[in-house]
Amino acid sequence: MPTPVDAVMLQQRAAQLGRRSIKTTSKAAALQMAVSMLDLTTLEGADTPGQVRALCARAKAPCPRDLGIDVPPVAAACVYPRLVPAAVEALEGSPVRIASVATAFPSGQSSLDLRLKETQAAVGAGAHEIDMVISRGLFLSGRQRDVVDEIRMVRAAAGDAHLKVILETGELETADNIRRGADCVLEAVASESDLGHGEVFLKTSTGKVSPAATPSSVLILLEAARAHYRSTGIRLGVKPAGGIRRSKQALHLLVMVRETLGPHWLTPALFRIGASSLLDDLVRQLIKLRSGRYASLDEVGIT
Amino acid sequence: MSDRLDIIKTCKLFIGGKSPRSESGRTIPLSDSGGRVLARIAHASRKDARDAVDAASAALGAWRDSTAYLRGQVLYRWSEMLQSRRGELVETLQATTSMRVAAARKEVDASIDRVVTMAGWCDKLDQLLGCRNPVAGPYHNHTLARARGVVAVFAPSSPALLGLVTLTAAALVPGNTLVVSVPTEAALGAVLLSEMLAVSDVPPGAVNILTGPREELLEPLGGHGAVHLVLGSGLAKGERTTLRHAAADSILRPVICLDLDEAGFHDDAQAASPWLLEGLVDFKTIWHPAAI
Repeated sequence: MPTPVDAVMLQQRAAQLGRRSIKTTSKAAALQMAVSMLDLTTLEGADTPGQVRALCARAKAPCPRDLGIDVPPVAAACVYPRLVPAAVEALEGSPVRIASVATAFPSGQSSLDLRLKETQAAVGAGAHEIDMVISRGLFLSGRQRDVVDEIRMVRAAAGDAHLKVILETGELETADNIRRGADCVLEAVASESDLGHGEVFLKTSTGKVSPAATPSSVLILLEAARAHYRSTGIRLGVKPAGGIRRSKQALHLLVMVRETLGPHWLTPALFRIGASSLLDDLVRQLIKLRSGRYASLDEVGIT
Repeated sequence: MSDRLDIIKTCKLFIGGKSPRSESGRTIPLSDSGGRVLARIAHASRKDARDAVDAASAALGAWRDSTAYLRGQVLYRWSEMLQSRRGELVETLQATTSMRVAAARKEVDASIDRVVTMAGWCDKLDQLLGCRNPVAGPYHNHTLARARGVVAVFAPSSPALLGLVTLTAAALVPGNTLVVSVPTEAALGAVLLSEMLAVSDVPPGAVNILTGPREELLEPLGGHGAVHLVLGSGLAKGERTTLRHAAADSILRPVICLDLDEAGFHDDAQAASPWLLEGLVDFKTIWHPAAI
């Protein structure tokens, strides 16, 4: 029996949580926290090993040193499988983890065999985390059982690597469908007796489809994670990704996590934000808080 | 007495091609000399200034990289729009400044002519200010007059329309994008201008208009890292000091104060001079092989 979602109340709740005002020291702490939860991402056809090295350098030290602001490293760098070796080399000895998309990202329209092989290859190359896409084609044609089975198989292929399951909420169209997609993930991991906290994430989007991580779609995933925690005691992670460019959006997400899942979830082990240009805006806001003046984008970043 | 209700315009800001209310929610009633409320003017805040600078930064590429010829055409189109709304501008100017009709007409006409003059400068400035430098080698060496970037403009309260139009058009000529702070008294004319700019071919965000008292905008605009030049007129001594202090952390952000009185603004030799425009450009020198 699928869990129904009241789409109107959902939107209202998500919008209401976006109206919280976070100021001064709380704001500084929240901005730092958002940086530490970031999956700094580059997923372009034109990505080169050099660009990935630059991204990794930024991931380790997000703020130019001479600005004298203490900014933590981001949680992970997220790249295509072919570029994992470059990221491994660039991030050696740093706390930044390596995430790789796999399973024929972003469409997932490839044979299961190839998708599993790609997953194994990414893990073999050194990825700590795999961001898989579900087959929206299967899901939307009603074969949700197959989607569950595929998630299980990819999870097995990923071995010890953590798995983030991208639902691509923008393509699922309705709130009920998004919840059903999240329930597929819940079902896929329900049989794992030794599942640890944060080993599996619910992720909204690939970033290639609009709308991406809308507040209401994130809220559905948070509520699904809450339902899973209440029934099994296991904390699934949640990762909104796509279209998150401004600090305000990031703070809004943190408020939603805090209010839906509680303070335990406010850790990079359980909550991530997938973004690229967001980092620049977070650093800009930190500069503003420290110096009282607005910084230009030239001062903070390369992304 | 008419039995119609008064329709009092609630004027908005103009940011990124859209007309938002002030983030602060504040408005200021603007009255005519008889005390009748003419309109409610949005009172822009620090955060509106921040949003406006972001919009201007985003629009910079499109406007700066458009050809000088196109910028001239776009400015000329703006003057056409001003001309077709001449009557409304005269009426507004009269109502807000208690000017006589003849004086208001003169100022509106001068404003329209000023935009035409500036439109003409667009594709002539580089020839005048740029140059070909002699070098000892088989190279060409050119100095080009390019846009500086984002310009924070502080428009004077008098002459309300001509001052605003002169500073805005001048800063647009070399391809700069603008955040214009307009004092309350001059705001109604500025709102009309923004309505014209919204449907002209000036890219959204190239001109952003913030209305209301400028005191709380001086520091955030003058000290904003993404602002490349501050251009003001009719600023008090204390305001200049505040701006210069705020801008002092970067030599790339000069503060230019245009000290013209009413007659000066009407004089093309002063207010449409290429030496005024010279301050609004950035010089870029490039080398090019003379032969291959």
